[in-house]
Amino acid sequence: MLGISRRKKISYVVNLVIVILLYVVFTMLIRQGVVNSYYSDIINMMCINIIMAVSLNLVTGLLGQLVLGHAGFMLVGAYAAGLFTLHSGLPLPVAFPIALVLGGLVAALFGVIIGVPALRLKGDYLAIITLGFGEIIRVIANNLTITNGAKGLYGIDSLNSRHNLTAMFTYMFFIAVLAIFISFTFGTSRHGRAVISIREDEIAAEASGINTTYYKLLAFILAAFFAGVAGGLYAHQIGLIDPSKFDFNRSVEILVMVVLGGMGSITGSIISAGVLTVLPEALRGFSSYRMLLYSIVLICVMLFRPTGLLGRSEFSLMKTVDKIKGAVKGKKQDPASNKEG
Amino acid sequence: MDFFSQIINGLGIGSIYALVALGYSMVYGIVQLINFAHGDIIMVGAYVVFVILVMMNLPLWLAVLGSIIFCGLAGVVIERVAYHRLLVRDAPRISLLITAIGVSIFLQNLFQLLFGSDAKSMPKMFSFSPLQIGELQITSSTVLNILVSVVMMAGLQLMVSKMKIGKAMRATSEDAGAAKLMGINTNTTIAFTFGIGSALASAGAVLYCNTYPQIKPIMGGLLGLKAFVAAVLGGIGSIPGAMLGGYLLGVAESLTNAYISSNLTDAVVFGILIIVLLVKPAGLLGKNTREKV
Amino acid sequence: MMKKRLLAAVLAAVMLSASATGCAQGGGNTDSGAAGSAAAAGETIKIGGLAPLTGNVSVYGIATNNGVKLAVDKINKAGGVLGKQIEYIAYDEKGDAIEAVNAYNKLVQDDKVVALVGDVTSKPTIAVAQKAVKDGLPMITATGTAADITKAGDNIFRACFIDPFQGELMAAYAAQKLGAKTAAIIYDNGDDYSTGVADAFEAAAKEAGMTITNKEAYQSGSVDFKSQLTKIKAGNPDVVMVPVYYSDVALIAVQAKDVGLSAKLLGADGWDGVLEKIDKSNLDAVKDCYFCSQYSAESSDPDLQAFLKTYKETYNTDANMFAVLGYDAMGMMVSAIEKAGSTDSDKIVEALKGIEYKGLTGNTTFDENRNPVREAVITTIADGKYKFVENFKK
Repeated sequence: MLGISRRKKISYVVNLVIVILLYVVFTMLIRQGVVNSYYSDIINMMCINIIMAVSLNLVTGLLGQLVLGHAGFMLVGAYAAGLFTLHSGLPLPVAFPIALVLGGLVAALFGVIIGVPALRLKGDYLAIITLGFGEIIRVIANNLTITNGAKGLYGIDSLNSRHNLTAMFTYMFFIAVLAIFISFTFGTSRHGRAVISIREDEIAAEASGINTTYYKLLAFILAAFFAGVAGGLYAHQIGLIDPSKFDFNRSVEILVMVVLGGMGSITGSIISAGVLTVLPEALRGFSSYRMLLYSIVLICVMLFRPTGLLGRSEFSLMKTVDKIKGAVKGKKQDPASNKEG
Repeated sequence: MDFFSQIINGLGIGSIYALVALGYSMVYGIVQLINFAHGDIIMVGAYVVFVILVMMNLPLWLAVLGSIIFCGLAGVVIERVAYHRLLVRDAPRISLLITAIGVSIFLQNLFQLLFGSDAKSMPKMFSFSPLQIGELQITSSTVLNILVSVVMMAGLQLMVSKMKIGKAMRATSEDAGAAKLMGINTNTTIAFTFGIGSALASAGAVLYCNTYPQIKPIMGGLLGLKAFVAAVLGGIGSIPGAMLGGYLLGVAESLTNAYISSNLTDAVVFGILIIVLLVKPAGLLGKNTREKV
Repeated sequence: MMKKRLLAAVLAAVMLSASATGCAQGGGNTDSGAAGSAAAAGETIKIGGLAPLTGNVSVYGIATNNGVKLAVDKINKAGGVLGKQIEYIAYDEKGDAIEAVNAYNKLVQDDKVVALVGDVTSKPTIAVAQKAVKDGLPMITATGTAADITKAGDNIFRACFIDPFQGELMAAYAAQKLGAKTAAIIYDNGDDYSTGVADAFEAAAKEAGMTITNKEAYQSGSVDFKSQLTKIKAGNPDVVMVPVYYSDVALIAVQAKDVGLSAKLLGADGWDGVLEKIDKSNLDAVKDCYFCSQYSAESSDPDLQAFLKTYKETYNTDANMFAVLGYDAMGMMVSAIEKAGSTDSDKIVEALKGIEYKGLTGNTTFDENRNPVREAVITTIADGKYKFVENFKK
């Protein structure tokens, strides 16, 4: 058996190699035209949804608080980024990264404004109050001139062009990786443990000297920031921001991704965000039955696996390898550890 | 005079919110579930009225009765099929919530497949002459809405406080474990609550069809959300609270439309919700529970 | 524990395999009629379609798509175009811009369509138009009325009137023909069509010397308009402009009567279909209202009457404006392909620009912004029926 720190190092290296490999393979495939823009746009949407799910998981999974207004942060980020690109006058390759950061920061600012009063509440009441804030953001966006009201904001250019098919993908991919990485390190850091202790027992956490308000707000703002960045990516990917699409239902969609994957499980969020992005596309042929199917799958998963597909555990390559080794030794296979193999 | 008409307008829609909010409130009180499918039960109720009254051309009383019975049963069936397994296993409440959302999506899409997504028009159902008080004219549907909602609330309150099943409901809501030990069949009580809540929703559906003679598969979404806000506003779990919340919400919407800006109605409504929650987290008439260490 | 894991594994497998099988079968619903057999031989011209077939706005999408399908059937039965049958491949986009763009990519990349008839509602149409401009694909939207859609680029056309046109038209009609001095507006502020027409009406009415007594909004999905209408009533306007879709019109008209509002109601092409949404017992609520529409259902044009009849037979429901525009949009695209003599994108676009098309909505040419030029029809409602009033040009 390896020592803990060495194991950790190996795991970092392995994951890094996988990330780079994934990126290189996808880029090659897109450039060669093997993966056409239909599939590459879906992959991009998958990255956006992964960022949304992983960021919501910080609040819902790690902190254990139900939030029903996550789409509001995405909307704010999308408008901030979109408006910056449209009006800054900078060339797109320069404006785009600044717009993304700006989108994230503005959303984080909204996270503070909303979080300070809202986080005094918990459980269902927090859910309701975030729902309220999310709807207010949407109604106001629908009525401002700068956001172009109900007509929606459009004309936001995508970074992709005929000569460069992977520019958007590069951003999407690495921001998603960054969000995942930060989530993991946050979850295992001192701050993360403080946040988890609040989830387990807020009163006990407070009694042992943890500044609960601070840590709750920290998780909330971090989530809002990434939602804002995802919003910025969305605005440039689709080229159009339609305020009516960022309503309560969109927030619920993201929540479903988190809960379905397993609350508190980052890998679970990633997998279910991926599957739930592909599923509607895959069911395209069933047209009118696809939403019916989606709802039945949703109910069944919840009934038979109430904690989500992965529960609170994380899928890890190292552990899987260990398990397979153990299984081979014991001549007995554990089916669960093989499912993603 | 306009001010009073606006108040009356608000009470008219408010009483429908109130009836729907009662269902939310009862279910939440007993199993702490925000039943997102509740709004869609209203849609189901409205379609049952449509089928009996318009497609089969049968008398109105049969349509109303049929709708109430059908919805009551549907409520029980949904509880048994979709929630029961989670409730008895004490699953995380968020899983219940997601299941409720699943049921909501299911019902909307099922009815869209069955009846098409286009709106169906409903005939006038109850028509008597409008009420005239001085210059103020109140339409028949508004009078009916207010009357029915008050009667329903009073009946429900009576049932919960005086009848045996009502006492069982209160006991289950207070402490399900202890209630079980005292010989209360909590499973039946929970199913009964879902049934009553859904039957109320269908009464709401009848009033809705009478006031707004048009139904569509997605009609439950916004109505459900508003009614839910009403329930929280009044104090979720409290029957008079749900009524108060419903009326307040209706009047607030109406007055915002009339005197502030019809562009910002939803923002004002949710703004009121946020302020109430911050000042009085359990809602206007809700019980404040302090967490014990 | 073991059991639970097994279950999780099975569930995951089901979800993954569902997506996999879906991918394999994701051919879309190819509605082709006679084209079915020809499709197998590869001797077809593929035209793509986008419409919301499920979700909140599916009622418009389904009608449009049905109209398009009837056009394809008719053309194919008459021998197709350029000696080939047309294969119409339509995808559902749920009224969502993301889905619309995905479906568009699929049409272009996987199905290799030569032209696009779609989308239906304005915002997804704008999103798709921005992509179509980059690809240079000839695109015509049947019912996307937002003015900016065709501004996306040279290859984007539309079969319907734009929002501002309708608002200005009705303002002119109210001032000139109805002699209105004051007007009020009630509109859906979450809907770009409604806000577009309302804004244009307001500006044009003011220019024509009318006073706007009230401009009241409501949120999409609302069913209670009494407080807005009570407020409008207090201003006592001559006419009330109601630029919304027919199911909302039905509710607003009935409640306007309830609160005792006696002003004439005006509307735009979204009113077409209102009679089906209003019960007989409430019909007097919409009598003596005026709206502009894209065509007159009373017209004796044999093509239109034949279409209305076939539509009713095929889909067991009455055709509305969306179906008619869908039919014409496909007709325009096909006759452009015929005129171009090839399926080359640039040639089709050139042909469309110079087209003179006689369709169900009348004779259409395109202006420099690729918007249709033709006369609008003013319709009123009397005795529970639509009545043609006149052709009107502002």
